[in-house]
Amino acid sequence: MNIESIIEKFKAKFNSDILETVMKNQKRIIITMRSDSIINVATYLFKTAGFRFIIASALHTKKGFEIHYHFSKDSIGLILNIHVILDKDNPQIESLSNMFNASNWIEREMHELLGINFLNHPNQEKLISEGNWAEGIYPLRKEFK
Amino acid sequence: MSKKTLIPIGPYHPLQEEPELFKLYCEGEIVKDIKWETGYNHRGIEKLSESKTYEQIFFLVERICGICSNSHPFAFANAVEEIADIEITNRAKYIRSIIGELERIHSHLLWVGLAGHFLGYNTVFMWAWKYREPVLDLFEMISGNRNSYAMFKVGGVRRDIEDIKVPVIRKVLDDIKKKTDLLTGAVMDDPVIHARTKGVGILTKQDIIDYGAVGPTARASGVAIDVRKDDPYAAYPLVNWKVITAEAGDVFAKAEVRLLEMYESISIIEQCLQGLNKEKEGDIAIKVKEIPEGIGNGRAEAPRGEVFHFVQSDGSNSPVRHKIRAPSYVNIATFKKSCIGQTIADATISLAAVDPCYCCTERMAVAYDLESGIKLMNANELINESVRRTNELKKTS
Repeated sequence: MNIESIIEKFKAKFNSDILETVMKNQKRIIITMRSDSIINVATYLFKTAGFRFIIASALHTKKGFEIHYHFSKDSIGLILNIHVILDKDNPQIESLSNMFNASNWIEREMHELLGINFLNHPNQEKLISEGNWAEGIYPLRKEFK
Repeated sequence: MSKKTLIPIGPYHPLQEEPELFKLYCEGEIVKDIKWETGYNHRGIEKLSESKTYEQIFFLVERICGICSNSHPFAFANAVEEIADIEITNRAKYIRSIIGELERIHSHLLWVGLAGHFLGYNTVFMWAWKYREPVLDLFEMISGNRNSYAMFKVGGVRRDIEDIKVPVIRKVLDDIKKKTDLLTGAVMDDPVIHARTKGVGILTKQDIIDYGAVGPTARASGVAIDVRKDDPYAAYPLVNWKVITAEAGDVFAKAEVRLLEMYESISIIEQCLQGLNKEKEGDIAIKVKEIPEGIGNGRAEAPRGEVFHFVQSDGSNSPVRHKIRAPSYVNIATFKKSCIGQTIADATISLAAVDPCYCCTERMAVAYDLESGIKLMNANELINESVRRTNELKKTS
C-alpha cells in the first residue's frame, strides 16, 4: 500500500474532521483535526490501518494547548502526526489508553507537565514527580503577553 | 484474602547501576503485580533544550544516555535536517553509520555481560566487558572520547575518519567477530542458560503492538520493525544487511537477536569503510545558515530500539518544543506483561531483558512486610536468590 492511497482513504473517512493537511515529504504528514474526533481517528489508525503509536508531544502556544500524536506505518516508513488544538483555559481530550497501553504513560506525563486533562484515563496519576512537586503548577506551561 | 509482600528492586539498581524503583507485589515466590516509579532526579532536558541553540543541544541530548550516547544526537540531527531540508554528504553518512554501529556493538556486549552477571555467570560478564573495551578505544581514537563522542552536528559530523585509522578499525572488528563467535557459542549451547531464559518473560506479538515496544524487544517477538530499514537514514540504504528477528519472545530470544545483530553491525561497518574509501574527496559537513520555521520528526535505531525526537522550530536559533522519547520509555512498560506470574528469581532477568536504561540517581530502599513491618530482603539478597537458582540448575543438569 502506498502513501497516497493511505492518505486518500483517511481523508475520505474523516473528511469533516480535518482542518488542515500538510505533506512535508513522502514520509512525513501532519494532519490537523478536530479534537473530538481523536478516538475515532486513533481507532481507525491502530486497529484498521495497522499504525503503531510512537508517542505524543504536547506544547503550549498562543493558540492554546497543542498535541501531536505521532503514528508510524513501519512498512513504508511513514510518520503521521495527528495534530489537535485544545482549549486555552480548559484543555481536555479523550484518553487513548483504554485502546492501547502505549499511550498510558505519556498521557500521565502530559497531564503532569502541562495540565491537560485526559478524560476516562484508567489511572491519571503523576508519572515523574510523585510526591515532590506542587499541585497545580505545570512546568511546561508558558506565559504569553 | 491472600497476603502480598512488597519487594522493591531499586531505587538504585544493584546491577545496572541506574535509578529505577520496581515494586514487586508477591505472593510467596510468585510476582502478582508490578509498579514502577521514576523521576527521582528528573533533569528537565526537554525544557532545557528550549533555552539552547541547535548546536548546543547536541551536547545536551548526548548526555541523556551514558551507554548509547550517540543515538539521541542521531535522531535530533535527523529531525533538524528534516526541518531545514538538508541532505548531508555521503562521506558524512558513512561516518555517522559507523559510529552508530560501533555503538550498537559495545552496547550489546554490555548487555550480554550484565545478563550473564544477573544469572550468576560472572565469566560471561568478565569476557563480554573485556571484549567491549577495544570498541571504546576505537571511539577514543576516532573522537577523542570513550563515551559522549560529540561527533554530530547539523549538516554532518565534526571529525573525519582518516585513512590511517581504517586498518585499526578493521583489526578490532576482526577480533570482535571471533569473540562474538565464542560468546554466541557459550550462550546458545549452555543448558543452564537455556533453562534460565527459555520460556521466561515472554512477550507476545500482541503485547508488543499494544505497548508499542521497539527494538530488539519487539524483534525477539517476531515484530520486524527497525528504523534503519523502515525509514532509512544516514548510510543504511547504501549498504546490505538484514533485520534479525526471533519468534519466541522470551529472554533467550532477546539474547539471540542481540548477539546476531552484532554480526550485522560488523558487516555494516565493513561496507561503510569501503564506502568511505570511494568518497575520499567528500566533505564531512555542509554549512548550515539557519533553521527555518517548521516541524521535524526525527528517529534513529538505538541499540535498545527507536529513539524519537520531535522538534518544532519558529525560525529562531532554539526550538519552541523538543520532545524526546527514548526506547526504554515504551519497553519498560511491558514489564507488566513479562513479569507477572513468574518467580522473583526469574523476574530479575526478565526486567533486564529489554536492556532498560533508566538514567540518574535514586534513593535507597529496603523491603518490609506490609503488615508486620519486618525487614525482608535487600538488593543483594535478591541477586543471591537469582544466583542460587542458577546454581541449583547447574547441579541438576
